[in-house]
Amino acid sequence: MNEMCDISLTVNGERVSERVEARKSLVDFLRDDLTLTGSHVGCEHGVCGACTVRVNGEIVRGCLMLAVQCDGASVETIEGVSDSGEIADLQEAFQKRNALQCGFCTPGMLLTAQDLLSNDQTPSRDHIREHISGNYCRCTGYHAIVDAVESVAQARKGSRK
Amino acid sequence: MKIVADVPSPLTALDRPNSYIGRAVPRPNLARLTQGRAQYVSDVVLPRMAHVAYLRSPYAHARITRIDKTAAEKGKGVIAVVTGAELSKVITPWVGVLSHLKGIKSAPQHAVAVDRACWQGEAVCAVVARTRAEAEDACELIGIDYEELTPVTDPETALDKATPVIHPELGDNLTFERTLDAGEVDKAFRESDAVVEATFVFGRHTGVCNEPRAIVADWNPGEQRLTVYHGTQAPHMMMNLFAKHLGLEEYQVRVLTKDVGGSFGIKVHTYADEMAVVALSKLLKRPVKFVADRIESFVTDIHARDHRVKGKIGVMQDGTITAFEIDDLTGIGPYSVYPRTSGIEANQVVNLTGGPYKCPNYRARARVVFQNKNVMCQYRAVGHPIATGVTEGLVDLAAAKIGMDPAELRRKNLYPDDGYPATGASGIKFEKLSHHASLDKILAMMDYKALRADQAAARKQGIHRGIGFASFIEVTNPSAAFYGVGGARISSQDGATVRLDATGAIFIHSGVTEQGQGAEAVLAQCVASSFGVPIDRVRVITGDTDNVPYGGGTWASRAAGIGGEAAWQAGKALRQNVLAAAASILQAQPEGLDIKDGIVVDKGTDRERITLDEVARICYFRPDTLPPGFQAELMATRHYVPRAWPFAFTNGVQASYLEVDTDTGFVKLLRHWCVEDCGTVINPQLVDEQIRGGIVQGLGGALFENCLYDERGQMLNGNMADYLVPMAMEMPDMEIGHVVTPTADSELGAKGAGEAGTAGAPAAVMNAINDALRPLGAISLTEMPFTPGRILKALGKV
Repeated sequence: MNEMCDISLTVNGERVSERVEARKSLVDFLRDDLTLTGSHVGCEHGVCGACTVRVNGEIVRGCLMLAVQCDGASVETIEGVSDSGEIADLQEAFQKRNALQCGFCTPGMLLTAQDLLSNDQTPSRDHIREHISGNYCRCTGYHAIVDAVESVAQARKGSRK
Repeated sequence: MKIVADVPSPLTALDRPNSYIGRAVPRPNLARLTQGRAQYVSDVVLPRMAHVAYLRSPYAHARITRIDKTAAEKGKGVIAVVTGAELSKVITPWVGVLSHLKGIKSAPQHAVAVDRACWQGEAVCAVVARTRAEAEDACELIGIDYEELTPVTDPETALDKATPVIHPELGDNLTFERTLDAGEVDKAFRESDAVVEATFVFGRHTGVCNEPRAIVADWNPGEQRLTVYHGTQAPHMMMNLFAKHLGLEEYQVRVLTKDVGGSFGIKVHTYADEMAVVALSKLLKRPVKFVADRIESFVTDIHARDHRVKGKIGVMQDGTITAFEIDDLTGIGPYSVYPRTSGIEANQVVNLTGGPYKCPNYRARARVVFQNKNVMCQYRAVGHPIATGVTEGLVDLAAAKIGMDPAELRRKNLYPDDGYPATGASGIKFEKLSHHASLDKILAMMDYKALRADQAAARKQGIHRGIGFASFIEVTNPSAAFYGVGGARISSQDGATVRLDATGAIFIHSGVTEQGQGAEAVLAQCVASSFGVPIDRVRVITGDTDNVPYGGGTWASRAAGIGGEAAWQAGKALRQNVLAAAASILQAQPEGLDIKDGIVVDKGTDRERITLDEVARICYFRPDTLPPGFQAELMATRHYVPRAWPFAFTNGVQASYLEVDTDTGFVKLLRHWCVEDCGTVINPQLVDEQIRGGIVQGLGGALFENCLYDERGQMLNGNMADYLVPMAMEMPDMEIGHVVTPTADSELGAKGAGEAGTAGAPAAVMNAINDALRPLGAISLTEMPFTPGRILKALGKV
């Protein structure tokens, strides 16, 4: 259980080599070992989505994946996509629409929304609701989040024309 | 995107030239939250910091007969293993009673159980280690023996002679009882054309904050000071309690509250495992951190709403309501929670039932009993969903009984909008409400006639839709009547200190806290408006007991109405000070000057005279150039507490339109409306989002959320896979409207808005479900949550 393993991976474009306990989850590794505290721990059993990060381009639950499983992988967190500007329009829409209150779910929600918009350029409100239905938000009641994601989808569609 | 228009409000008495009151300005702290740059307590790391994990009782009620720490103390990374008896030498126990709840009683509660565990999940031993994982590993090495005791789990039998008394020294399992008898209830029922009775059951549920409770305590023997990083709603209250029970002076304790990952009333109480953290830090002379995991949250975060209410309503054939009667029974766990007590929710049910209606005949009894389950206490909209559920459920049953439209029956009985001030049958006082204007507005918003037509058309196709209403009142802006008069050191006043910095920007320090609802934006709006600077020149400081005025924090929908008024007044006071300084520089009369957009101007002509940064430069760096004897005062403090009314009651009405699948029992929420009146709306977008979030929290209680226990007091669904919360797919879009009736108790006139959504949503859904199923001959559904199983049972299908 306490076995230590060496892993090398890329996190937000930076090469990382660390020695981690085999039992350590990806989100604990990101938060505790790399001090990337933007990814949050809400339930630790894969329901709330607060720990959502991207591994090799796919969104995953950071609490359901072990750090050792990420050996050789490329991991992206809210810090990475914020610094790169990739989701700047989503972040701005969330602020304007007050699509967050306490903000604890927001990093995971933003990564999930970006995942949706990367695969579906014109999602309906129902489709937006369905795609974020694995991300728990206790504060907003979701309406404002759906508004914000919908507005970014429309704006991105407009800018592609 | 439907962003509430950020346009200047029409001129009112509050309006200054660059007023931000009534505008949807964005919150100053949002960008960093979207970038992963927040600082929640769960993110805090300090030098030498250790982590605590708790061994928790697997039994609802058990005597602890042996604790063997030997193996655990040898565990990897372990710093200390501490029992309840050992910790009780560092921190004293507490008793959750208030003197104004007559007769309320409870037993001393310890930070870690001593000799006996009284609910499944109570901490029985603490392990402090270098990492949380190592602390949890060592918990498994503790040798502990229990002698299982008979648990008391059913409130219905808690007071029976045959039931064991949980705390024998208290004599019985009755925590608190309140009765009320107003008017002539028996006569009114006798003379009614119809009397309807029903029993309403409200499922036990909990807050499920996305960030669990978290605390880092740092006792520094060198300074003789305790610094606590705490995800709390009430920093000064906690400072007082930490000091009191550790034997320190208040000034030796500093509570810091930065970002909080959701609170909703969960984080305004004293938790034993958090008191243990401050004690462990004192004992070990180093920082100790505790973050509840999700399972711990389910069995230790306060629960709420576990009420069974027998209700009765009398009505005349013309729709006049003649009387209400209720009998409420609630089980609150083994201890009344400190310091606010667990008697308040039942007390609120008695106060609020029947509240929207002009009906002088009202009888109520509420009994609060101990049981061996997790503790219950105040959670968002304390008592409101229960009182509203019972009242509005009875009103709809009465309407059905006499064959009257439910909106019409409400119109017949709601307090008239021109009939204020008024006193409710329970004694609650209303300054001015707007029930009729609110009802008219919601009927227009939902196009009630068209909706009834849609319902009828769907019915013909075998689709069963229902419309449900819930009028409600909400307690906001509490005065000392809530807690202070009962002896609790919980501040009902709040302070604001405003200062002009050396470049002409404004700092405001406030005693209220930011929990995500947008208090910091509201404070900035108030100060920017009353002082006269662009809002981006205002920096807001909250959540630091060393550095903000003494205040109550954020609960009972008080931050905007009370903290906002203090900020407004402080801004005005500083404006006078700065104008005095400017006048002395300009050799002008202060009365002839004004501040607009950060510039001192001539009143009336708006001719620019001097910028604020120039005033500040002279006052701070060249005071030698000011006239002899003139001293600039560039900081001002004001405090505010409501005095004219014990509470600023608000009102509103909600409506739900939904569809019930009579084959599966599933409910699909189609639309939801809310019109509410929180007085002056300082920030319409933030108010609307408080309402929406509150509605969904209420919808959770109506449809999904329920802490299930077995007869042995074991919680059966303490995880997020089994305890269902509202997720995006099941929730509707919500339309929000406002009627504005400012309170005259403050200059701003703002009342609270944080709990209105939660207060009314469950009742609206209940009435809509029954409206959908009544023509099918279903038994009325009055037990929340309305699960598919219960709906099919009401339809006689299972």
